[in-house]
Amino acid sequence: MSAQIVTYAGFIVAGWLFLTGLYGIITSRHLVHLCLSMTVVQASTYVLLAVIGYRPGLPAPIFVNMPAGSPAVDPVIQALMLTDIVVEATVIALLLAITVRIHRRTSTADPNEVDIMRG
Amino acid sequence: MSRGWRLGVFLAGAAGLVFLFVVVARPLPGPLELRNRYAEEINTRAFRERNVTDAVTAVNFDYRGFDTIGEEFILFVSVLGSMFLLRMTEERGDEILPDAAEDSRDVRSTDAMNLWILAMIAPKVVFGIYIVTHGQLTPGGGFQGGVILATAALMLYVGEGFAVFRRVVPHGAVEFAEAVGAGGFLLIGMLAWFWGKPFLTNIIPLGQSHQLTSGGTMPLISVSTGLEVTAGFVLLLYGFLQENLTPRGEK
Amino acid sequence: MAPLPVVIPLMVAAVLAAVGHSFHRRVLDSIALATSAGVTAVCGLLAVESTHHVIVYWFGNWQPSAHAHFPVGICFMIDPIGAGLAALTSFLVLAAFTFSWSYFESVKAIYHILMLVFLGAMCGLCLSGDLFNLFVWFELMTAAGVALCGYKSEEGQSLQGALNFAVLNTAGALLSLGGVALVYAYTGSLNMCEVGQTLARHHSSTGFLCVSFLFIISGFLVKAAVFPFHFWLADAHAVAPTPVCVLFSGVMVELGVYAVARIYWVVFSGAAAPSTSAIRTVFLIVGALTTIVGALYCFGQRHLKRLLAFSTISHVGVMVLGLAILQPEGLAGSAIYLIGHGLVKASLFIGAGILLHRFGSVDEFDLLGRCREVLPIGLLMALGAAGLAGLPPFATFLGEKTIEEAARHVHQPWIVAIIVFAEILTSGAVLRFTMRVFGGWGKARELTLHGAPHIDTKPETTGQHSHVPLFMWGPMLVLLLAACLVALPWAARSGIRQEIQRFETPGIYMDAVLLGKTAAAPAAKPAVAMLGFSWEQVIVLIGMIGLALGALASGSAKYRFGSSVARLLLRAQAALRRLQSGRVGDYVAWFTIGIAVYGALLVFLR
Repeated sequence: MSAQIVTYAGFIVAGWLFLTGLYGIITSRHLVHLCLSMTVVQASTYVLLAVIGYRPGLPAPIFVNMPAGSPAVDPVIQALMLTDIVVEATVIALLLAITVRIHRRTSTADPNEVDIMRG
Repeated sequence: MSRGWRLGVFLAGAAGLVFLFVVVARPLPGPLELRNRYAEEINTRAFRERNVTDAVTAVNFDYRGFDTIGEEFILFVSVLGSMFLLRMTEERGDEILPDAAEDSRDVRSTDAMNLWILAMIAPKVVFGIYIVTHGQLTPGGGFQGGVILATAALMLYVGEGFAVFRRVVPHGAVEFAEAVGAGGFLLIGMLAWFWGKPFLTNIIPLGQSHQLTSGGTMPLISVSTGLEVTAGFVLLLYGFLQENLTPRGEK
Repeated sequence: MAPLPVVIPLMVAAVLAAVGHSFHRRVLDSIALATSAGVTAVCGLLAVESTHHVIVYWFGNWQPSAHAHFPVGICFMIDPIGAGLAALTSFLVLAAFTFSWSYFESVKAIYHILMLVFLGAMCGLCLSGDLFNLFVWFELMTAAGVALCGYKSEEGQSLQGALNFAVLNTAGALLSLGGVALVYAYTGSLNMCEVGQTLARHHSSTGFLCVSFLFIISGFLVKAAVFPFHFWLADAHAVAPTPVCVLFSGVMVELGVYAVARIYWVVFSGAAAPSTSAIRTVFLIVGALTTIVGALYCFGQRHLKRLLAFSTISHVGVMVLGLAILQPEGLAGSAIYLIGHGLVKASLFIGAGILLHRFGSVDEFDLLGRCREVLPIGLLMALGAAGLAGLPPFATFLGEKTIEEAARHVHQPWIVAIIVFAEILTSGAVLRFTMRVFGGWGKARELTLHGAPHIDTKPETTGQHSHVPLFMWGPMLVLLLAACLVALPWAARSGIRQEIQRFETPGIYMDAVLLGKTAAAPAAKPAVAMLGFSWEQVIVLIGMIGLALGALASGSAKYRFGSSVARLLLRAQAALRRLQSGRVGDYVAWFTIGIAVYGALLVFLR
């Protein structure tokens, strides 16, 4: 029962973060804010992965003091999360580099002002 | 689209997405014996097959090591791309910054903070190396330790300023280290070819469990990855710090 | 041999990053050329070898054990379609490197490194058999693509293109990851075949299947620039340097379609069989909208690269229509069309690069009449327009015919009309550009180009701008020839048809991947219909020439239909143009509602 509650709570949080982040991107008036909203969207995937890997009452998959093979939380999901975090952090780095460059070039950081290519 | 329209379109879409989330989440969580299969396989086999106690690192560097290569190269390309977008190499010629120490916007910290920061750098570096090398035993690995080591470099900048930072971690050396880290992982994977095995097979003797040398290629991959991540984040620091230190109007 | 298409480019890129910054430009170019040529050869060999049986390569030697058959490692699942697409990718990279030989402005080795990593990622996408691995290569493609797109970052516009590319593709990738995670939450595996088998055996709810399918492919749909996720492509193309555009339009976008097809057939086709008609309907809508919208925007552009970008969107819509038929014939038509379009589009982009090198612009009115000196290039571009129109002897003709026959078989003949409409518009646009720029016709402004964005494009090459070197027009010619020859042999067409038959049989892949059975009997040779002459091609030919001439003449002719019609058209066109606003917030809003509407359609029609 508690596993279901945790899972649903996690899904709700993940969904909320996803939509909030998208909302932030859409209504953003500053590119740094846009990048941070993208971070929020990324966080939704972290939460989703974390809650999928959850097994109620079980310890981490580190078998130093436990005998190998004893029940533990999902290690594959944690590996996926690790990969996801690294990938998304570097994508944010790229976005921020673009932001800095745009600000340097056009003295504005408002994504709505940048509409040179239209139509 | 005007802001109103844009918001309206998004809210309609968000409502639809909420509906879709509900539809897809209803059968979850599914039957345990089904969704636990991968986890169970790894948890029972990691120690037996590779003598490691950290199943997550085993997945990252051995079972699904090929994903980690892709991830490492995403880091590699993003750092390269960010540096390139910030035009670190072209506009400023070969010198990274002419006289950063004299720049008035360089960070100045008090003596007390300076001392404390310097005192902290060494433990950080040691801790970072510890995390990198113990990835196969306890939570850790190349990525986590690499970030810690990169923050040690950041602390050097905060404490001593950009001129010292530049001297201690020269740009060219860091670039080289990043490439070596990225290529090193590939080389370790290619080692397996000499034994006629598929790419990335763990062919080095697995050592004893609970020891640093357990896991075969895993500690090597960890070190290579740690090198790449450290160098990558230091390069990012270079790029963004330099942006901060350039006076306005200088392109 | 299987991991080489990915390992070689990545390794060379790492080596170049370590020591290549001091190399002479010729050395860098030679290394890049040699690498891409080598990868092309390897992919070709893999394609040939996998015609007998699916090649399965387990990284780390993690084959599924004999009794449990559960895959714990990552595998490459190589069949001629995937390997052939990887070969096409590396061939286009080879063409791009040839074009950029020596003259293209490269900062040390950055261009070569980024392109090689891009190549490795695309090959990885084509060959992978694991869902998360697919996501990783997809993100690597995005990262390398964004860096390449923002290459000429002296101009503010290139950053807008790179920003829109990065934000939209990342949003799609995150939703894809969510879908993969949800499927993993149910099935406990990431291997495509294992997931497909589990989903089929356990009769999961069709709602779950449809929505998780849509989530997983959402990132690839964004990459494939289907409606309404297409807005970013035009911005990215307008600012990316020519060799990069060659790759974007030539293969990167098409890989999105391939990934969708692969994921559908291996993972979901068995389990989601009851919802097949719903999936077909949604894909038909997606394809039709994409085709029409791309064609409409295409005709209203004066910047050649942006024009070609919109035509890519339209042609991808045609490929999606072929896929939507969900029969082997439709998919085979899409595959042949993909190859032909990729080669022709690459050739046209190289033509744009030549114009940029020679005259410093790719704007229709800036170049008006100036390009008469390079008339042969104009002839090649006109041939390229014929290729886009699906005229014989191009492979696009063969692909389109196959799709049309498949459409008639499933009683959806309106698909033919849409394809004809799109081809007339896109090829007419290119032909109009060619006539105006090389022939000097149509001096007056015309209705359709009213309000078209004029984008400043700085030259991207050094060296003598007064002549066009061989390594620039050579690839253009070779690519056009290849587009004609590649699908001409009957053996090629029937071979593709047969491989598509196998592509749509997930059981073969599951046996190969999970059970290690490599001795699958090849499917019986399907009958390849004789591709005879048909009146559609005549319509397209006449339509294309007529439209181009009409557009050129309309600037000076009085509008015989009265100015009210003209005003209405202008208003409609202005509204259309407003939609392509260049603002990333709009694009993401479209992304949200697009996913919501497609998902709701799937759920209610299932």
